[in-house]
Amino acid sequence: MKLQTKYVGEVTIKSDKVIHFPYGIPGFEKEHEFVLLELPGNPIFQTLQSVKTESLAFIVIHPYHIYPNYEFKLDDSIQSNLKIKDKSDVFVLNIVTLKQPFEESTMNLKAPIIINEKEMLAKQYVLMDDTYETKASLHVKTNEDESKNARTK
Amino acid sequence: MVGEDIEIKVLSVEGDQVKLGVEAPKSVDIYRKEIYIAIKDENSEAAEAPQDVLEMLKNQE
Repeated sequence: MKLQTKYVGEVTIKSDKVIHFPYGIPGFEKEHEFVLLELPGNPIFQTLQSVKTESLAFIVIHPYHIYPNYEFKLDDSIQSNLKIKDKSDVFVLNIVTLKQPFEESTMNLKAPIIINEKEMLAKQYVLMDDTYETKASLHVKTNEDESKNARTK
Repeated sequence: MVGEDIEIKVLSVEGDQVKLGVEAPKSVDIYRKEIYIAIKDENSEAAEAPQDVLEMLKNQE
């Protein structure tokens, strides 16, 4: 099917690429279908585009690019909601809130999007403990950064 | 009871503090209101990113 998107124009997608959000997303409870699309020239970020609403798309990121130690437990209820049988079927994305200047952009670690790729079912999962915040920095200084700095000095 | 399958229980009363428990089916999410609102607001803010965002992301390379 053909889809008009917020960020990448018109795309053609197969219907088996549609990710179903049976519960919507907080704030967008009536949005039940999204597709995950690559952003040209951006290996780290992707866009989660609503099928129904052209103007609704989130920028998302695989958290482990920035927070390699990010971890949490999936409780029984989300495992049954998303029909998760094996953890290898699941991947995690976090919604990015972009800001100008870019350095002020954040990502939502408190409410990751959990996707069961096998069933194409997903949900934004709100973590109950206070370990992670809704506005976590995108700029975590990595060892790589430091070694780059060391070299330029 | 709330509806047919959600039950609110008083777990304990200690002085002027009352602890409540909510029992609901797995399809029902129970959040503290302020957390739900924070997530909702964050999603709305994230969805408002300008369309020229791709340029901004490219400049990060």
